[in-house]
Amino acid sequence: MTPGRFDGLLPFIGVFCLIAVWYVAVHGGLVDPVLLPTPRAAFDAFIKGMTNGKLGHDFLRTVERTVWATFFAAIIAIPLGIVLGSAERLYRSFEFVIDFFRSTPASAMFPLFLVLFGVGDGTKISVAAFGAALVILFNVAYGVMNARKTRLLAAKAMGASRLRVLFDVMLLESLPQTFVGLRNGVSLALVIIVVAEMFIGSRDGLGHSVFEAQQLFDMPRMYAAIFAAGALGYALNLLFQTVERSFVHWGGR
Amino acid sequence: MTIRGLSKRFGSTDIYENFDLDIPRGELITVFGPNGCGKSTLINMIAGLIPLDAGEVLFDGMRLSEIKFGYVFQNYREALFPWLRAFDNIAYPLKLMKVPKAERTARVEKLVDRLGIRLDLGLYPYQMSGGQQQLVSILRAFVVEPEILFLDEPFSALDYEMTLFMREQLQRLFMETRTTTIVVSHDLEEAVYLADRVLLLSRHPARVADFVPFDAERPRTDAVLSDKGFVQTKAHCLEVFQREVRRT
Repeated sequence: MTPGRFDGLLPFIGVFCLIAVWYVAVHGGLVDPVLLPTPRAAFDAFIKGMTNGKLGHDFLRTVERTVWATFFAAIIAIPLGIVLGSAERLYRSFEFVIDFFRSTPASAMFPLFLVLFGVGDGTKISVAAFGAALVILFNVAYGVMNARKTRLLAAKAMGASRLRVLFDVMLLESLPQTFVGLRNGVSLALVIIVVAEMFIGSRDGLGHSVFEAQQLFDMPRMYAAIFAAGALGYALNLLFQTVERSFVHWGGR
Repeated sequence: MTIRGLSKRFGSTDIYENFDLDIPRGELITVFGPNGCGKSTLINMIAGLIPLDAGEVLFDGMRLSEIKFGYVFQNYREALFPWLRAFDNIAYPLKLMKVPKAERTARVEKLVDRLGIRLDLGLYPYQMSGGQQQLVSILRAFVVEPEILFLDEPFSALDYEMTLFMREQLQRLFMETRTTTIVVSHDLEEAVYLADRVLLLSRHPARVADFVPFDAERPRTDAVLSDKGFVQTKAHCLEVFQREVRRT
């Protein structure tokens, strides 16, 4: 099929349909208007909240926590992943432990981290960092382990030392997979941060905002906060994709 | 180059058992033999990419670590570094030898100039055609001014048109530098066409089935392919090959 002139508009069709269904549902009386406000009311609450209300502040707090969590996860997991990945037997020794905790829902760790770090940002950030770190670690280690054998041999044939091979070849070979890990890691960190903001004594953040609006039955505000969280998740993904594309220009080619 | 008492086992199969070979300096040797006889294994062992079980390989009495050599892989896509531009790929071995940057640049430029190669070296490998990428691999092997050069089925991943072109390029490089060159090939026509001598290997454990000289003058052109000498040499190689394949 040849791309048409209006193909750039295709993504908007889904958005338009969603809003249309929402509109019909509210105005057609299909849903209780108390549970589902009009798109207009939710949108107004979003704009108002983001510009001069508390939502903008909550949004920034969540961004801040997610960024810190991902940052700590990355500085711990990337070097560790490289070390484990470059010694396959070492990785095999720890594989079960990594897989086990990677499969453990991070929310199950909340009480433990509460005991360790108390009620505050430390707990939220560290649980999120813990979850994200395992995802990043796993991806980096696999990226290093799956470095093309021919490329390693080529470096060896040119007389590269083990350390040179690690820095000049393995590290760069693992970059595409590292970015996969970072993208998954930041998504997971955001999920954990939002949940933590709901239930671990928070005074701000998007999770807190959603929860508080629900408790106060302020439905437009709740939808606005949900939408803000969605927009944040999408934006983070897009950001990492953009960075990846300019940084790992050879990825997938 | 002398090989003495080379032995190699994969599992329970003896690929090489007490294998001896002498390769004269400054010649282009092609290696041809039945599938799985260990053609690539031979040059991989000589180039130190896989360990020998026994035996030794000396280059004018020196060990591999004391000489400069180049290696060209069949799979150029995986042998080049996609994160480096072609120019930096070619210069990389010099970087490993701790040659200063200005000199690296000068040496790559000199090499490309001398060989009259027209290539945009500012491109990344994935922006180049297969043949161009393999040419970059070959230049990377040549840039260190190697005493010996190994090529493992260098053209078998290219289409026929590109293969013909690359044969000419390799021949020119060889004539220009007279570097001792060992090419593993799975194409008998190519093996004879390129070679000063064709090394015919037997089934494993591999022996030298024959070491056939072919002394047509260089530069050889397509016309050589129908020369009497070429046809006879190729026929002889084929006969030896068939005999080795049928031997149980």
